[in-house]
Amino acid sequence: MSSTEAPATGDTEADAGEADTAAAEALAARAAETLGAALVASHIADGELWVRVERDAWAELATWLRNSEGFGFFNFLSAIDWLPSPFGRDMDSTVDNVLDPPEPKQAPPAETGVAGGDTRFQLLARVNDVVTGRSLFAKADLPDGDLRAASWVPVYPGADWHEREAWEMFGITFEGHPGLRHLYLPGEFEGHPLRKDYPLLARRVKPWPGIVDVELMPGESDNGESDSGAEASAGGAEGGGAP
Amino acid sequence: MTVTERTVTERQQLSYIAAQAADARVNLEIETEGMTLNIGPQHPATHGTLRIVAKLDGEQVTSAEPVMGYMHRGYEKLAEVRTYPQVTTLINRIDWLGSFANEVPFILAAEKLMEVEAPPRAQWIRTALFELSRIANITLFLGDMAVQLGALTPVFMAFRDREFVLNQIEAVTGGRFHPNFDRIGGIKDDLPKGWIDDTKQAMEKIRDFCDEFEELVLGNEIFQARSRGIGIVPPAVGLAYGLSGANIRASGVDWDLRRDGHEALAYDQLDWKVWTHPDGDSFARYWVRLQETREATHIVDQLLDGLPSGPIMAKVPRIIKVPAGEAYAATENPLGEMGYYVVSKGDLVPFRVKIRSASFSNISITPWLLKGVYVPDIITILASLYFILGDIDR
Repeated sequence: MSSTEAPATGDTEADAGEADTAAAEALAARAAETLGAALVASHIADGELWVRVERDAWAELATWLRNSEGFGFFNFLSAIDWLPSPFGRDMDSTVDNVLDPPEPKQAPPAETGVAGGDTRFQLLARVNDVVTGRSLFAKADLPDGDLRAASWVPVYPGADWHEREAWEMFGITFEGHPGLRHLYLPGEFEGHPLRKDYPLLARRVKPWPGIVDVELMPGESDNGESDSGAEASAGGAEGGGAP
Repeated sequence: MTVTERTVTERQQLSYIAAQAADARVNLEIETEGMTLNIGPQHPATHGTLRIVAKLDGEQVTSAEPVMGYMHRGYEKLAEVRTYPQVTTLINRIDWLGSFANEVPFILAAEKLMEVEAPPRAQWIRTALFELSRIANITLFLGDMAVQLGALTPVFMAFRDREFVLNQIEAVTGGRFHPNFDRIGGIKDDLPKGWIDDTKQAMEKIRDFCDEFEELVLGNEIFQARSRGIGIVPPAVGLAYGLSGANIRASGVDWDLRRDGHEALAYDQLDWKVWTHPDGDSFARYWVRLQETREATHIVDQLLDGLPSGPIMAKVPRIIKVPAGEAYAATENPLGEMGYYVVSKGDLVPFRVKIRSASFSNISITPWLLKGVYVPDIITILASLYFILGDIDR
């Protein structure tokens, strides 16, 4: 049944993709009209729209999305810490470091993702319109040392817990939030665990087998490509050096 | 005649007003300061360790505040120090009743970034296992909500019949609860011999189970009395709180990521239906889940009938480095929308993984929903919202 229908489905999918992209472009144009200079950047990929706004327009964006554009479904709200990270290599135990010394550390340039970014912390939220099926990612840069933003709770009550989580995990204050309290962590907890400079203590106290065990399979070159039909299945490893 | 009637009615009205006034006076006299009722963290209705602090005025809840974090494992942080194939082992344990379904959206997000697409056979087997996870998850709910309302038998029947599905999942993946079977670019292994026939038999049994529960639980007067009109979620409120899955479909919102999402699973090539219910109460949530379980068995049957042949893995390097970028993939998991926002910088490990789990948003409506309800209804509402602690705390 699939063989006859598959091409047709493929075509409709492509059409739907184009329609999505067109809808996203129209939405981006309306956002530029409404928010004016507060809309810093936008990005469209796979029919989905990312917009990056000035921090001061964060609440205005939510109000516009919900009341004028019909984005009634609050999906999530979180943050990204763009501080370059050695992805845990400085957190290896000393045993790991002896066996497999890390490369000398040099801070790579901070790069930010789609729709760009200028600061270390960036808010990230997603809303959907369940009637038309559109979706939108919202981003906003937070200046270093002044991690504050307007709360979305008056517009989307579901943002309550998400903002509490972002507050405890990243240290971002949401103005107008009804009660920023710890959500997961105990009340006396210090620090913001999801920040990149917060050490993962488990890595410091216990050797991490996953890093040490990177062994090449027979007939395998350094870059991970296996050549000449190597018996790759012998070790049972699934790639990435995972045991 | 009419005069007498009116007199009687007026007299009744007067006595009613008098009684109300007397009641009000009495109520004023015995008004208390209210009491705080702690439900959990070790209460059977919480499926784990969720604590609910309810402030009561007599039998009525004036405010309810869920307290969580007893099972917070920090998966978003841990995922930042694990390679992409290792992450699936972790996220298996988010919604532990339908664990294969947790792996799929993460793998899809990684595939989006790598611009790899799994071959059709892998997509179909993935979809079949996804639906089997849904059945394994929701059958337990169907028994569990009944047990919360005082009927003990259904939960044993649910455990008994869920076993048929778990056996099939185990036969393919080797794991009953934590398969860790989905791979970037495909799946780990092909189906074992004889599996398709066995699964069809199991689906037959699950359909019998659904039919039985339709009468046994949904047709039960006590169940109806305790769940109809209890915990009504208006659609706009539910959406603003981020409710997804059967919870929002029970409020009449026709939204299902299997049909409305953009992910490359096999659903668009099948004939199936999204079930909704207009009432939005606890009964409707149970009803929708029961219909979805039956629908899932039909989906599995169709998947097994039309299973394409071919490879089960796309060509991917053995050491997986994911190109830099950002991608979000979400699927309609048993509990609702589960999505992963993956930020990659081109390393072996993800730079940031934001896990959007369904129960976290679903349960965030409880302070609003529990306000003003009576104490026994707390349990009904919590049971009908259906959450898994691992899916809240992550």
